[in-house]
Amino acid sequence: MALTLLRGIRTPTLFRTNVGLFCTARHPPLAHFTTRAGGMQTTEPKAAPKSIQQATKEAAEHKTRGFEAVIGIETHVQLSTITKAFCSCPYNYGSQPNSTVCPTCMGHPGTLPVLNAKVVDCAVKLGLALNCEISMTSKFDRKQYFYPDLPKGYQISQFDIPIAEKGYLDLDLPVEFGGGHRRFGITRVHMEEDAGKLLHSESGSYSQVDLNRAGVPLLEIVSEPDMRTGIEAAEYGAEIQRLVRYLGVGNGNMQEGSLRCDVNVSVRPIGQPEFGTKVEVKNMNSFSEISRAIDYEISRQILLHKESQADQIVQETRLWDESSQKTFTMRKKEGLADYRYFPEPDLPEVVLTSEYIDEIRNSMPELPEAKRRRYENMGLSMQDVIFLANDDNVAHFFDATLERGADAKLAANWIMGDITAYLKNEKLSIDEIKLTPLELSELIASIKNGTINGKIGKEILVELIAKGGTVKSVIEEKDLVQIADPAAIEAIVDQVLADNPKQLEQYRAGKTKLQGFFAGQVMKASKGKASPVLLNKILAEKLKGNQ
Amino acid sequence: MPPPLQAHRMLLSHRRASPIPRRRFTAAVSSLPSAPAKTLAPGPGPSSILSIRESLLSGERTAADITAEYLSRLRRTEPIVRSFIHVADAAAEREAQELDRRIASGGQDAVGPLAGVLVGVKDNLCTANMPSTGGSRILDGYQPAYDATAVRRLREAGAIVVGKTNLDEFGMGSTTEGSGFQVTTNPWDDSRVPGGSSGGSASAVSARQCVVSLGSDTGGSVRQPASFCGVVGLKPTYGRVSRYGLMAYASSLDVVGCFGSSVVDTATMLSVIAGHDKMDSTSSSHDVPDYRSDLVSLNLLESKPLNNLRIGIIQETLGDGVDTGVISSIKAAASHLEQLGSVVEEVSLPSFSLGLPAYYILASSEASSNLSRYDGIRYGRQVSADDLNELYGDSRSNGLGHEVKMRILMGTYALSAGYYDAYYKRAQQVRTLVKKSFEEALRRYDILVSPAAPSAAYKIGEKANDPLAMYAGDIMTVNVNLAGLPALVVPCGFVDGGSAGLPVGLQMIGSPFSEGNLLRVGHIFEQTLQDFSFVPPLLADS
Ligand SMILES: [Zn+2]
Repeated sequence: MALTLLRGIRTPTLFRTNVGLFCTARHPPLAHFTTRAGGMQTTEPKAAPKSIQQATKEAAEHKTRGFEAVIGIETHVQLSTITKAFCSCPYNYGSQPNSTVCPTCMGHPGTLPVLNAKVVDCAVKLGLALNCEISMTSKFDRKQYFYPDLPKGYQISQFDIPIAEKGYLDLDLPVEFGGGHRRFGITRVHMEEDAGKLLHSESGSYSQVDLNRAGVPLLEIVSEPDMRTGIEAAEYGAEIQRLVRYLGVGNGNMQEGSLRCDVNVSVRPIGQPEFGTKVEVKNMNSFSEISRAIDYEISRQILLHKESQADQIVQETRLWDESSQKTFTMRKKEGLADYRYFPEPDLPEVVLTSEYIDEIRNSMPELPEAKRRRYENMGLSMQDVIFLANDDNVAHFFDATLERGADAKLAANWIMGDITAYLKNEKLSIDEIKLTPLELSELIASIKNGTINGKIGKEILVELIAKGGTVKSVIEEKDLVQIADPAAIEAIVDQVLADNPKQLEQYRAGKTKLQGFFAGQVMKASKGKASPVLLNKILAEKLKGNQ
Repeated sequence: MPPPLQAHRMLLSHRRASPIPRRRFTAAVSSLPSAPAKTLAPGPGPSSILSIRESLLSGERTAADITAEYLSRLRRTEPIVRSFIHVADAAAEREAQELDRRIASGGQDAVGPLAGVLVGVKDNLCTANMPSTGGSRILDGYQPAYDATAVRRLREAGAIVVGKTNLDEFGMGSTTEGSGFQVTTNPWDDSRVPGGSSGGSASAVSARQCVVSLGSDTGGSVRQPASFCGVVGLKPTYGRVSRYGLMAYASSLDVVGCFGSSVVDTATMLSVIAGHDKMDSTSSSHDVPDYRSDLVSLNLLESKPLNNLRIGIIQETLGDGVDTGVISSIKAAASHLEQLGSVVEEVSLPSFSLGLPAYYILASSEASSNLSRYDGIRYGRQVSADDLNELYGDSRSNGLGHEVKMRILMGTYALSAGYYDAYYKRAQQVRTLVKKSFEEALRRYDILVSPAAPSAAYKIGEKANDPLAMYAGDIMTVNVNLAGLPALVVPCGFVDGGSAGLPVGLQMIGSPFSEGNLLRVGHIFEQTLQDFSFVPPLLADS
């Protein structure tokens, strides 16, 4: 199908003033994307050096002294249902423009929306995960405005009776940012449809409309204004992403616009009960950007307060510019937009039964917060806890390894250490490797019972990740069983000492550091199989005894 | 094909109506059959659909012959009536020949219930192979990618779509003068309006340009033109017929309805188009009976076929502002129903007068939203402009007509912040009241009757500059839409006017999904209404 052209639009001003409103996620003039695990995300076990963080934090605290920021977030979560919300078109990010459209999602005359029941499933799941009250009867409403990416001239949304409301979200702040548990209120969760997107010609002389995304189901999650810092806001977003992925309702991908966060920021002198004027900030493409954009915006507003220019803080939408690390005015709000909401007459009310809700509740997996509390109770450090619960695939792998009898701390170390390093190198996720939780637990057991040493264990691990197989078969195949026979080790030690008379002489002259050298030589001669404990013991005796 | 071309009429308007007794309604009209009985002669002509079917199956006539007959009448009358925005004569002929081939090779099995039946389709119903404009210049040249469900079901039943009929733009109007393309005239008097908004569909059936037609009824758009043109018009229960493919005017009120020259034809058509549609989640999955086979033919009727039927005549519809001739016709019809065995009493619906303003607020509000999609971006007329607001403004102000703009403005106002509660919300409350008062009345009566319009067809241009007068004309019908009820209009008499009098329709209102009962009563009424023929004088010339 050909692109629909907006013939004859010549002024670029039109889109300059509006582009950010509807197309932020799609038209980043600033392409500084971080990877899924990038930035300040909690997936990073190694945080930036503490000193720098500490310095930044202190500087920020100094600047914000006497003021408090109030932050609320509106998050749009795109659902990965097979078909769109109100028609049977599929949606695949990045497909040929206007290739997944039909008369209904193009807003042709006479077409009617038919609700995709999967959207309700997803909404109830997320609503329950956010500890919300689920509305047994909710309805759809029309939100009306004109824009070329909105085919019907209205968006089907939910206005006064959202499907879920009055919930909360629990999370743990990363240790490197000071840690701590937080609970943020959730005002509501409602179902709605996405708009299409505009593609602007390079010359700015015309624009084109791609309606592939039009009608794709979204859940909008509105938080209470409970956050106070950029980190809290970013962690809130990251936890929403985690929930979305745990529940399998969406891919939560920020770069593709499957997860979009608009934040409202205001500041007030500490102790003042009423909120300051709030400013909306958009165009953040990662949680790290969210954090930085908010911190910038807070400083900007506080500075205006301190310079007695608080009246310059006005209701407006500002865009985050990643290249300059600043926010800029996109559009001032002239009064409240009147969307003329009214009940959508084409759709019946959404009526749920308690059986249905129970069924959904029972089908839900263990959620990140529950996992973190469980891991915490196992005695794992908060850093481990946050890392393991961050990704449901990792958590699943970890849990499965424990089920096979592995020790929690050891399993955590292997997963967070060698396995994660490998995944990072090869750009793989944990469910894409050949190592099974069973073999990881075997590996841990084999080290613990002395069959192999830790060094050999690392080698076997790489083998298992890349090629699969069992610990046992790799050990046998490569003859890697640890040499635990003292006589055999003694023989090797004797040989090494005999082969290195010069070093032995130096050792005896007092250069005791050379014990490490001998140990290395013995290990090498044993092809790495010598039991390190026995080796060190026998070597020490030999070095001492021959003196 | 059409029944004997003679137009009888009764000048009831010359007679002073006797005062209506408070409760029991007993006024009799002398010229009505004294006692409908098995001995009665057949009523007005047989069902056109049935006779087409019989002649096709017996080989007496071919579909091509039948189509040619209708098309020739259409060509002769169309310059006067102008019912059609688009005539698909070549396609109709082709489909008829195709049907003849199928009948020749496959026999009876090849003949669907509407085989060879020429259907006119109101132009706000989407048709895949024909333009569909909704009567609006903004959709000039627009051809949908799909058939409306009602159209698809008609085609699947063997019907041949002969063309797209004229209407008030997007269904907003009561005269069809509001079409962006042409003015349709009333076959009974070409200086008069056919009613609206389904004026083209009503006049096309009245002038026998097609056998039956599809219309839509948001506030009376099937019933009032049926009354003006002397044809049978059915507004089904909300949700009885899928709205998929009907260009939305007011989604919570819109229904697809049908016109026929007899109740049997209308019933046959309803059986075909009714039923749940997965493309319309407001369509009902309520069972669809075979409406036609439930009809009792005259020779099987008992002497009092409507025994045990309780009929309420709505008091508020026979008062001030209603033509005396119309009142007389309705009273005569009521007395006729009484003679058929029913009990007719007056019933008051106290919220009746509230319906009209509530209707105009709700319908305009929904319209202001439904018509937003006509923005010139994706289809239809686009006016080139330098910026987006100009593009929207110019495309819409050029493409949309006066009445439509007025309703969009009214609706936008009613939904605006600060006015919503006073208008939209209040109108919804009135709607609930109206619904309740109908429910109560329909607990006591099987059927409620009223005129379908306060007058017979009026002159073209008469109310063109007086929208309030035009809106007031919808008083008889809008309440039924607010309550979502089914209503059948059958021609019941005449008033003075034109060369042969002007038809008046009786509106019969029933409980949700009681179309079967309305059609049964309408059928009995029609067959026993001996002295009238509702064939317009336009056809007498041939
Ligand atoms: Zn679609």
